[in-house]
Amino acid sequence: MRFIILFISLCISPFIFGNIIIVGKDKPINSIIKGIELAKNGDTVKVFPGLYKEGRITITKSITLIGINYPVIDGEKKVENMILSGSDIKVQGFHFIDSKHSSSNDYSAINIIDATRVIVENNKITNAHFGIHLANTTYCTINGNTILGQAVSEQSAGNGIHIWKSSYAFVTNNHIQGHRDGIYFEFVTESEIRNNKSENNIRYGLHFMFSHNNFYAYNIFRKNGAGVAVMYTHHVRMENNVFEENWGTASYAILLKDITDSKIANNKFISNTVGIFMEGCNRIAVNKNLFNKNGWAMKVQANCVDNVITNNNFKGNTFDIATNGTMVSSSFDNNYWDKYDGYDMNKDGIGDITYHPVSMYSMIIEQNPTALILLRSFMVTLLDKAEKAIPSLTPENLVDKKPKMKPFKL
Amino acid sequence: MMKLSRYVLYDILRSKIIIAYTLFLFIVSVSMFQMEEENSKAMLSLMNIILIVLPLVSLVFTTIHYYNSYEFIELMLSQPLSRKRILLSEYAGISLSLLSSFLIGVGIPVVLYAATETGMAIIFTGSALTMVFTSIAFLASVSARDKAKGIGFALLLWFYFALIYDGLVLLILFTFSDYPLEKLTLVLSALNPIDLGRIFIMLKMDVSALMGYTGALYKDFFGSSSGLLFTIGIMTVWALLPLWVALRKFKKKDL
Repeated sequence: MRFIILFISLCISPFIFGNIIIVGKDKPINSIIKGIELAKNGDTVKVFPGLYKEGRITITKSITLIGINYPVIDGEKKVENMILSGSDIKVQGFHFIDSKHSSSNDYSAINIIDATRVIVENNKITNAHFGIHLANTTYCTINGNTILGQAVSEQSAGNGIHIWKSSYAFVTNNHIQGHRDGIYFEFVTESEIRNNKSENNIRYGLHFMFSHNNFYAYNIFRKNGAGVAVMYTHHVRMENNVFEENWGTASYAILLKDITDSKIANNKFISNTVGIFMEGCNRIAVNKNLFNKNGWAMKVQANCVDNVITNNNFKGNTFDIATNGTMVSSSFDNNYWDKYDGYDMNKDGIGDITYHPVSMYSMIIEQNPTALILLRSFMVTLLDKAEKAIPSLTPENLVDKKPKMKPFKL
Repeated sequence: MMKLSRYVLYDILRSKIIIAYTLFLFIVSVSMFQMEEENSKAMLSLMNIILIVLPLVSLVFTTIHYYNSYEFIELMLSQPLSRKRILLSEYAGISLSLLSSFLIGVGIPVVLYAATETGMAIIFTGSALTMVFTSIAFLASVSARDKAKGIGFALLLWFYFALIYDGLVLLILFTFSDYPLEKLTLVLSALNPIDLGRIFIMLKMDVSALMGYTGALYKDFFGSSSGLLFTIGIMTVWALLPLWVALRKFKKKDL
């Protein structure tokens, strides 16, 4: 009986699992394009190591293309290395080099267009214009790819992972470096971005617009030219990400412009010029984050309404909060501020006097940036103390009414 | 000269004030590192002590010591010793004792608890400020014969460098805020040793904030090796120039 089942399953297995087509430099089929031509829906094409200069490789069938030991697909700076269009395509284990560069068109190493359920996994992409470009896709997975660019200027460079008008994308475990923007989304919804590392990009580590209902978790954004900037989006969730060492004049660990109904929780903001910059943001919950050694932990512009900043740790920042007006419509209660010097008579762990996180000097610097040279001067400390006693410059109602005495354990 | 400096040193040690000062610095530094959870916060408080207390103690201690050992100096002058040697020995004796109490009182805790770049900057600035303000105190005490006048002058100088000067700079920055003032502030910072020391420490401590806007300019200048040389050079000038003027006055002075 067992043998019969085995026999039957062996007989039907080609129909379920498809055929395997072997491509190799010393094999009967020595070109990837030929291998793909021979394959039918559901087949697998296995490619042995070697250098394949075949121009543009297009896949429109539902096949799996697997590279063994990273066969190299060379675009010779003349073409896009690979175009995927259709459904149920998987590309895995290749090394894409030298895609076509252009300052007017978005050429990429892997171009996924009008596709659904495409998986691009564990590839290496070096010196591409755009690394992976998705347009008009659904349910695509970009997992475990290493994308290393050699971008020189913002105008001539492309993005690492660029997604346009897609939904349900999964971008996970990728490492992107040296592109214009590490990850760029426009009109991308219901997607998950997890465990990626985006560093040393010339412009943004992550950049998105009009990309609603996405979830960002456990990503690391480090040393990007202008940090992370996200705009015109609602229902964003960002949790457990690390934003580190984004330094510069217009550099923000994260810049939020017109972001609404979102949640930023459990993230770490370490050594950035500005931790969070908020402009025109409404109903954002900023919870349980750590702000450490930043120039400004948060800059909350006066046009932000109903944001709740609570249960965060503010430690070792030069300035905790800065703002540009006297209007304050967000709440800053129940945080830990290392600069708080109040007391706790009833021992409930909550300071008995309110804390004003905006120092007078941060307001002065907003008006007169040159005055930064006097930071930490005795004179400035005295002025700050005087301001704390009788607030005149700083917004009176930007206060933490329940400052914690001890830092939260995050 | 060595012999004379040694006498000065013995004399200072006997007075025990310097030992109390060392202990004070040591206890304050250790307790700050113990009390604060974050080393950076302890460093911040330590920086304030170095920028405010250190110059004050250096000034007052030196002036008082100078007037107290006036008779000793007069006695020495009756010996076949040049005035230059006498004054320089006094300077060496006082500045070395103040410097060693700073290095023991602050240097050791900093090396033990936070041997970072900021820590090194604090040690450098503290040492430089000790030398500079001892030198300035010599100028003040040589200039005035009357003890009260001399100490008053020294205190006034401290008040000027620690407080008034920054107020004036702030005033200038606001009055001329329509003009590009970045270069001017660099010059202004060199005219006050306390400011220069503060900026030197700040570059290590608040590096994130300084990477923004104008801060980057200061960072580029002071953070480079030429900036380091500039800081050391200006500090040396600040230590030598008042001493040189004091020396000239002392040589011509009718004691």
